[in-house]
Amino acid sequence: MRFVLNIGLVITIAAGISSCSVDPAIKPVLPADNIEQVVPAGWPQPVYKFENNPLSVEKFKLGRELFYEEKLSADNTISCGSCHQNFVAFAHSEHALSHGINGSFGIRNSPGLFNLNWNTSFMWDGGVNHIEVQPLAPITNPVEMNEDMNNVLAKLNADGKYKLLFKNAYGDEEVTTERMFKSLAQFMGMMYSYNSKYDLYKRGEQGGNMDAQEMAGYQLYQQKCASCHTEPLFTDYAFRNNGIAVNINLQDSGRAHVTADPNDRYKFKTPTLRNIMLTAPYMHDGRFNTIDQVLNHYASGVVQGPTLDPQLQSGIQLSAQERTELKAFLNTLTDYAFVYDTRFKDPN
Amino acid sequence: MKKTFLLIVIVAVVIASCKKDPVDEPATPTPPAATTGSLKIEFENMVDTNELVLNSETYVNANNDSFTVSKFKYYISNIKLTKSDGTIFTESESYHLIDEDVTSSKVLTLSGVPFGNYTAISFMIGVDSTRNVSGAQSGALDPAKGMFWSWSSGYIMAKLEGNSPSSPATNHGLVLHMGGFSGTNSVLKTLTPSFNGSMANVSSTVTPEIHLKADIAEWFKSPTTVSFATTHTIHMGGAAAKSIADNYADMFSVEHIHN
Ligand code: HEC
Ligand code: HEC
Repeated sequence: MRFVLNIGLVITIAAGISSCSVDPAIKPVLPADNIEQVVPAGWPQPVYKFENNPLSVEKFKLGRELFYEEKLSADNTISCGSCHQNFVAFAHSEHALSHGINGSFGIRNSPGLFNLNWNTSFMWDGGVNHIEVQPLAPITNPVEMNEDMNNVLAKLNADGKYKLLFKNAYGDEEVTTERMFKSLAQFMGMMYSYNSKYDLYKRGEQGGNMDAQEMAGYQLYQQKCASCHTEPLFTDYAFRNNGIAVNINLQDSGRAHVTADPNDRYKFKTPTLRNIMLTAPYMHDGRFNTIDQVLNHYASGVVQGPTLDPQLQSGIQLSAQERTELKAFLNTLTDYAFVYDTRFKDPN
Repeated sequence: MKKTFLLIVIVAVVIASCKKDPVDEPATPTPPAATTGSLKIEFENMVDTNELVLNSETYVNANNDSFTVSKFKYYISNIKLTKSDGTIFTESESYHLIDEDVTSSKVLTLSGVPFGNYTAISFMIGVDSTRNVSGAQSGALDPAKGMFWSWSSGYIMAKLEGNSPSSPATNHGLVLHMGGFSGTNSVLKTLTPSFNGSMANVSSTVTPEIHLKADIAEWFKSPTTVSFATTHTIHMGGAAAKSIADNYADMFSVEHIHN
C-alpha cells in the first residue's frame, strides 16, 4: 500500500518538474500558435529581434487581423493584404504600381514581404528605418490608404472585435499606435521564408536534390548575380543603380529622395531573389513582367549614367543555355511551405 | 512513513519553485520622509516681444517679411537640472511635445526632483537620435501626433506653419518642418539658457516655476537672415533645415523663476 502511494507521489513529482519548463516534444497543435523566432542555419543574426516587443500568440493574432483590416484605409476598402497578397509571397500580383484608394496609383511596385527581420531599412529607397514604424507610411499615404492615424485609432476603438483582441494581447482594451504597430511587426516578423528547394539543398535535407541544370544555374548565379543579390538572403541591402532607364513619367530619384545626395540618384535597394518566380512584376516600378525581360535588360538594356553600378558597365551576357540554367536555379528559390502557411492567411 | 513525508516535502518544494517569489512586503508601512519635490517649466511662445497669437496676429521677420502663424509645435527632451552643489537631476522618459494650440502642453511638471537649489537647466529641442530609430512609441512620441515623417523615418523636431505675402508657395504658405537627426545636417540642439543668477528652490513647500520664453523671431534672424521669398517650404532634413535650426538654437531664454 505504502509502495503504491509512493509511486503516486513520484508521478506527481515528475509532473511538477515537467510543468516548470515547456516540453519541446509537445509543440502547440495549431500552427497558428507557433510563434517563435527563427535564425536558419548559416544565416546572420537578424537586425530586429523583437526587443521591446515580446512575442505572444495573442499579439500575433491581433497583427494578423490588422494586416487584413480594411478600416485602416480612409474609405474602409483597402487593407495591407490588398497590396501584399499571401499567394505571391505578399507581393501584389499583376500590379506594376501599387493600386490604392479611389483607384489611385502610387509610384512604386509592392515588394514581397518575408525575412523582414534582416532588413537594414524598408522601402525601395530605404526611407523607413524600423519595421514597427513601417505601417505609418501606407496608412497615411494619400495614394495608398490615405487615412489619418487618429481616425484609425477611433475606428478600432469603436469596434467590439478589437476591444477583445487588444485586451487579449495587452491586458486592456486600449487601442494605441504603439500596440497596433508592434502587433503588425510580430505578424510580419514571423514571415520567415527559408524552406525553398535551395534551402533544403543547402541543409542537406530531403527534397533538396538539385539536378545538373539547377546546379549549373547556381554557379552562374554565384558568378554573375551574387555580388549584389547575396546569399543567404539574396540581397546585400545596398542601394544601387542597376541601369534601368529612368521612368520619365515618375521621375523617381530613389535613394536620393531620402538623402538629397546627387550620388544616390536612381539607386534603389537591391531586392531579394527569394520567391522571385512569384513576385512579378519586377523592379521598383514593376516595369518587367517576366524574368526573361529582366535578363534581357542585364544583357543589352543597361543605360549608362553617373550613378550606374560599376559592375554593370558592360551588362551581363548569358548564352541561351545559360539563361535556361539560371532560370532553373531561380525556380528553386520558391518557398511553397511559406506561401501555403495557414498562419498568414486572411483570418476572416 | 518517513519516506512518504519526505516525498511530500519534495513535491511541495518543486511546486513552490515553479511559482515566482511573492513580492516582498514592506515590514513596517511608515513612509520615508520625502526628499523630492516638483518643478514646473512654463513655455511662453512669442515673436520678439509680442505674445504669439495663432492665425490672427501679423508679425515681421528680420528680413521685413510679414507673416502669420497657424501652427507652432516643438519637442523638448532630455531635461536636466543642475543643483548648486553640482549634482544633476535627469528627468526619466523626458519627451514633451509643446503645442501652441494645446494650453496644457505648455506647462511641464517634473516630479521626483531632489530638494535643493537649482542653478541651471539643459534640454534638447527635438528628439534624440536613439528614439528616432527605436520603432513604435507612445506618449509624446506617438506617431499619431503628426510629428513623425512616414516616408523618411524620423521625428519632426519643430514645426512652424503659417502664411506670408512674400511666400511664392500655394496660398502664400509657410511650411517649415525641422527634422534630420544624424550627420552634418542634424537639427538637434542642446540648450542651456541661463538662469541669470536666479535659482529654482525645490522643497517640501515650494514648487518653483521656470518661465521660458520661446522666440519665433530667432528662427529667421541670425546667423542666417531668412527671406520667405526663397525659404518657405521645408519638408525634409537637409541644409535648409539645418540653417534654420542653427538660428533657433538660441530661441529660449529664462524670463524669470517663481519660487
Ligand atoms: C496601395 C498598396 C499598398 C498597401 C495598402 C500597403 N502597401 Fe506595403 N508596400 C506597397 C508598396 C508600393 C511598397 C514599396 C513602397 C516604396 O518603396 O516606396 C510597400 C512596402 C512595404 C514594406 C517594405 C518592404 C521592404 O522590404 O522594404 C512593408 C514592410 C510593407 N509595405 C507593409 C505594409 C503594411 C503593414 C501595410 C498595411 C498597414 C501595407 N504595407 C499596405 C504597397 C502597399
Ligand atoms: C550591381 C548589382 C546587381 C547585379 C550584379 C545584379 N543585380 Fe539584379 N538588381 C539589382 C538592383 C539594384 C535591383 C533593383 C533595381 C530597381 O528596381 O531599380 C535589381 C533587380 C533585380 C530583379 C527584380 C527583383 C524584383 O523583386 O523586382 C531581378 C529579378 C534581378 N535583379 C535579377 C538579377 C539576376 C538574375 C542577376 C544576375 C544575372 C542580377 N540581378 C544581377 C542589382 C544587381
